[in-house]
Amino acid sequence: MNKKMATREAYGKTLVKLGAEMRELVVMDADLSGSTKTGEFKKIYPDRFFNAGIAEQNLYGMAAGLSLSGKTVCASTFAMFATGRAFEIIRNSIGYTKANVKVCATHAGITVGEDGASHQTFEDLALMRTIPGMVVVNPSDGNSASILLEQVIKMKGPAYVRLGRAGVPMVYDEDEPLKIGKATLLKEGRDVTIIATGIMVNEALMAEKELNAEGISIRIIDMHTIKPLDEEAIIKASRETKGIVTAEEHSIIGGLGSAVCEVTADMAPCKVVRVGQMDTYGESGAPEELKKKYGMTKDYIIDAVKKVLN
Amino acid sequence: MEFEKLERSAKNIRKNLLKAICEAGSGHPGGSLSAVEILTYLYFCEMKVDEKNPLWDGRDRFVLSKGHAAPVLYATLGERGFFAIDEIMSLRKIGGNFQGHPCRDKVPGVEMSTGSLGQGFSVAVGMALADKLDGKDNKTFVLLGDGELQEGIVWEAAMAANHYGLKNLTAVVDWNGLQIDGKNDDVMTVKPVDEKFRAFGWDTVVIDGHSFRAIQSGFDFAQKSGKPVAIVAKTHKGNGVSFMKDNAGWHGKAPNREELQQAVLEIEGE
Repeated sequence: MNKKMATREAYGKTLVKLGAEMRELVVMDADLSGSTKTGEFKKIYPDRFFNAGIAEQNLYGMAAGLSLSGKTVCASTFAMFATGRAFEIIRNSIGYTKANVKVCATHAGITVGEDGASHQTFEDLALMRTIPGMVVVNPSDGNSASILLEQVIKMKGPAYVRLGRAGVPMVYDEDEPLKIGKATLLKEGRDVTIIATGIMVNEALMAEKELNAEGISIRIIDMHTIKPLDEEAIIKASRETKGIVTAEEHSIIGGLGSAVCEVTADMAPCKVVRVGQMDTYGESGAPEELKKKYGMTKDYIIDAVKKVLN
Repeated sequence: MEFEKLERSAKNIRKNLLKAICEAGSGHPGGSLSAVEILTYLYFCEMKVDEKNPLWDGRDRFVLSKGHAAPVLYATLGERGFFAIDEIMSLRKIGGNFQGHPCRDKVPGVEMSTGSLGQGFSVAVGMALADKLDGKDNKTFVLLGDGELQEGIVWEAAMAANHYGLKNLTAVVDWNGLQIDGKNDDVMTVKPVDEKFRAFGWDTVVIDGHSFRAIQSGFDFAQKSGKPVAIVAKTHKGNGVSFMKDNAGWHGKAPNREELQQAVLEIEGE
């Protein structure tokens, strides 16, 4: 289980696999097919791959048109340009029409690393989850990415899948029974619940080991689906443990932390401490260095758990 | 020729779209009236559509990229028999199907939900690409406003249509020269429109957008071309109603009952 894999690698492999069984599957990119791994699909199914060039708005507009003519479309670029540059096209041409387009965006979050602030998205989950009917998924490792991507691509309707650049440790086996919309309980515990998403799931697992050694019992939930949100798991956590820590490689504004607070505020108030990017831009650096500097490692989760308990 | 029949349909469409806008108390008469002949020709002469089976697989598609001209699309679809024309009198009313800008889920025959400018053109390119991929000979038509050409996505889409050799795509530009803030030339110059499309690899033809004969020649030209074609249709905003004609003030203002009455008299008396 200590093999590393980037979720974008899993994406490329999943596309190739599904390309064989789904003749209606069309893949698009905006001049980043080597980085997003859609190029893997292009190699095998060149007639079903379309490059939009460096034109993200038209990428998603064309994707909508193809899907409204019967295709299942996966359209990829970096998360910054997909959800930022093309937001309104995704909202109006894909969300509003319930088009069968999967916005599979890579290079999300601080772990883009050396490219720096212009490429480090912390807003994408917030943007995508405000679109009515949009399914929003943020896998934590290569295996869960493969499993969840296959489900997303085979279901009808618009979806956003957040994928990363950097290799991340495996959390799951290849055949885990994961389900879109259903949070995964990774560890049962009674003191504090850590609800993590994406690469922060692994940090949560590491934090738990240290906290457990100190005698603190931690429940860990992988909230791989940000929308539709598993509200029941959150309400249960609120009622059965003393509080919740959320952990995401995303702004503490608008993403998982906000989504959890919305549920607790409405239905089961409890103390919630959010771990994530603190309303600031990133900078160039190695992914691990950046995670430390910007507050997205196990140590910050441990501090947050202690804040909940004090 | 059968243009006499088309002229009669065009008159009905003009009257009905103005009635619907008057009933709604808001809407866009100017850019609807400028496109009446273009839509009439498309739905009565050019396109393969089946009003009894709007989702028929063999149909041609029309995308109203200048979505604010929804009233002319609704009035044309009603005239063609997709639904009873009286239904469009619920235009812009809460709970109704005839939204201020078209919604494909609500109105039979509406291929794409539009309203945000430039968006529909890009989708039309995707639709034409899907037909090409499937080896179908269906055609995709799209109507753009001239002000709409100021949107960057229009040129992203134009570039893609050429790159993918979409000769099954025809764009019509409703070149009435006016937009909300005034003349295109004062707000943001878009001309030369035909040269711009040619530079993007399209064939172009400039026509009189109120003459059925000219519109016919434009679509005939598009049929024969081996490239995507832009038909640049010179039109008058508010055409058919003297006090609305060439007046940017009627871009997004509804006529009151008196104005409607005068407009209807003018249209019938033409």
